[in-house]
Amino acid sequence: MNKKITYGSGIQTAFEHVLENYDESFIIGQGLWSPWYVGNTMVDLDKKFGKERIIDCPVSENSVTGTALGAALNGMKAIVVHPRMDFMVLASDQIVNQAAKWQSMLGGGIKIPLTIRAIINRGGEQGAQHSQALHSWYAHIPGLRVVMPAFANDARNLLIASILSNDPVLYIDDRWCADLEEEVTELQELDIKTIGPKIIKEGSDITIVGSGFTSCQALEAGKELAKDNISAEVIDCRVLNPFNPDLIIESVRKTGKLLVLDGSWKNCGFGGEIIASVSERFIDFKAPPIRMGLKDSPAPTSKPLEEDYYITIHDIVNNAKSI
Amino acid sequence: MKKLNNLKNPKIGNEDPQLQLLSNAEYIVLLKKMITIRIAEEIISDNVKSGLIKCPCHLAIGQEAIPVAMSQFLHSDDRVYGNHRSHGHYLSLTMDTYGLFAEILGKETGCSKGMGGSMHIVGESQGFGGSVPIVSATIPVAVGAGLAMKLSKSQSVSVSYFGDGTSEEGVVHESLNIASYYNLPVIFVCENNFFSSHMHISERQKFDSISRFADAHGIESAVIDGNNIETVLDTSKKAIQAARLQRKPFFIEAVTYRLKGHVGHDDNVDVGLQRKEDLEPWKRKDPIDRLKNSLISKSAISESDFEFFNTVISEKLNKEFDQAVSDPYPQKQQLLETVYYK
Repeated sequence: MNKKITYGSGIQTAFEHVLENYDESFIIGQGLWSPWYVGNTMVDLDKKFGKERIIDCPVSENSVTGTALGAALNGMKAIVVHPRMDFMVLASDQIVNQAAKWQSMLGGGIKIPLTIRAIINRGGEQGAQHSQALHSWYAHIPGLRVVMPAFANDARNLLIASILSNDPVLYIDDRWCADLEEEVTELQELDIKTIGPKIIKEGSDITIVGSGFTSCQALEAGKELAKDNISAEVIDCRVLNPFNPDLIIESVRKTGKLLVLDGSWKNCGFGGEIIASVSERFIDFKAPPIRMGLKDSPAPTSKPLEEDYYITIHDIVNNAKSI
Repeated sequence: MKKLNNLKNPKIGNEDPQLQLLSNAEYIVLLKKMITIRIAEEIISDNVKSGLIKCPCHLAIGQEAIPVAMSQFLHSDDRVYGNHRSHGHYLSLTMDTYGLFAEILGKETGCSKGMGGSMHIVGESQGFGGSVPIVSATIPVAVGAGLAMKLSKSQSVSVSYFGDGTSEEGVVHESLNIASYYNLPVIFVCENNFFSSHMHISERQKFDSISRFADAHGIESAVIDGNNIETVLDTSKKAIQAARLQRKPFFIEAVTYRLKGHVGHDDNVDVGLQRKEDLEPWKRKDPIDRLKNSLISKSAISESDFEFFNTVISEKLNKEFDQAVSDPYPQKQQLLETVYYK
């Protein structure tokens, strides 16, 4: 059996690969010299590559993101880390109004190798401002590539592809994936433009689509459904913007059934986008598609409420059976 | 804490500049640059009024001395970032009046290939990294350019132009702290023209000097007459040297006056703004007239030379504008082709 790696170590390996091979790369963000903020994904990078290149910084999300953008516009491969995606909302001007738009507004031809790493860090009774998965907001914005890996090898290769891209990329990783393992595959420098949704389990009865942690859940649910002889095809979106739904449409043509998982709220969310994209080109559903998401409230802190708040494998299996 | 004191009174301190830093020939070049920026903006103003130009144009007529003097000491690998009122910032580095006209008219020959208009202009090869209208947005970008210069151990500097109103957005303070703490070679140039859109500074802030924020972050600063080219040359030389050689930020507060309204051709004197009494005295403190007077008193130029410069530049710019009017618009496919890097 091949060696396994965790999702978190995949991220660590990607950073080490880029820092070793690209002198113009650097990382700035809160908590980079501390294990409290970024888990096991950036261990001792400051000791290995120096505090000049691994910059722990003031709690100035907007300015730090703009600083990274300015460095990216001036020859650096800039990586900015937001250990809680909620706090990154303060940097939305630099992400949405600046990084995503300079290419178009200034007529094109501008290299912007900026990677914005946002960590979704929910659960653990952290509550409403340490829990949000805001991928749908940012996937709305033309000019901003949005990448959301679910598995360890993708966590590594998609992060490398994000950093090597000449476009601003929002790379969203999930703390709930950090310890999940996968058999290691080859480290690759991929062109982000060639990466899109991927079938992670083939099947013929129903298509289940996830992004980030919900793709891990979809895979688990698919295994459960197999026990009841339901063959689920599971697709991991991986890249939310620009979004290419072709693979999902092809799958639904085969299965006629669609269940979409979104680790955030349903209204105006990415789950709805997937169903809309399929529906525009395919109407012969065997049953109406279902989207699953969070309950329409901010994240609670109290344990029983929190347990009720997030999607469970049990609910996914039940919904899949109900279609 | 620094205060503007007499600098805010246009009737005081409006003597002509003492020309000592440069040669007469160099001052004449600067005068021609200022005239070029002035006439370019007057042409833009006229065509906003006539309706030929539709996109919002924020004119900096009266503020020309600041970018022209700053640019005197900048190199093409330095990086300058602007804001919504950046025609002068751009032209002082590039003198590309044709590219600016075409851009404002939305033509493919524009400096941003017709994708940006007046508020989003770029001239990367000559050091102008870009301007955008969200007023504080380019300040951290300029700081980031400074960080790139520090990390790559280059001797370049970055410049951030902004107005007094910008200091009311929080990212300015975050950015001053970062530039100061990390010793980044950034020159912050606050063009204090007393107005944020329609509101006078006295209606928005307890104090009138923006450089107090530099002081708070331990950044060396100077408050100067921004309509006196000699003062701006002297201070920008010092500031750019500090950034280039000592690798540290500097903050210049150049006090000036926006002779036009917030946007478009209008003077904004009849719309309830606090400027009716100030406008005429500030017109007498015009930076172009003051440099002209100094050069005439040194016998470096005559009044008729000045007229001749104006005539020649005006003819050239009007021809360029006519050419830009007849240029093609961008192809429709350019819309989707410029979203991501190609």
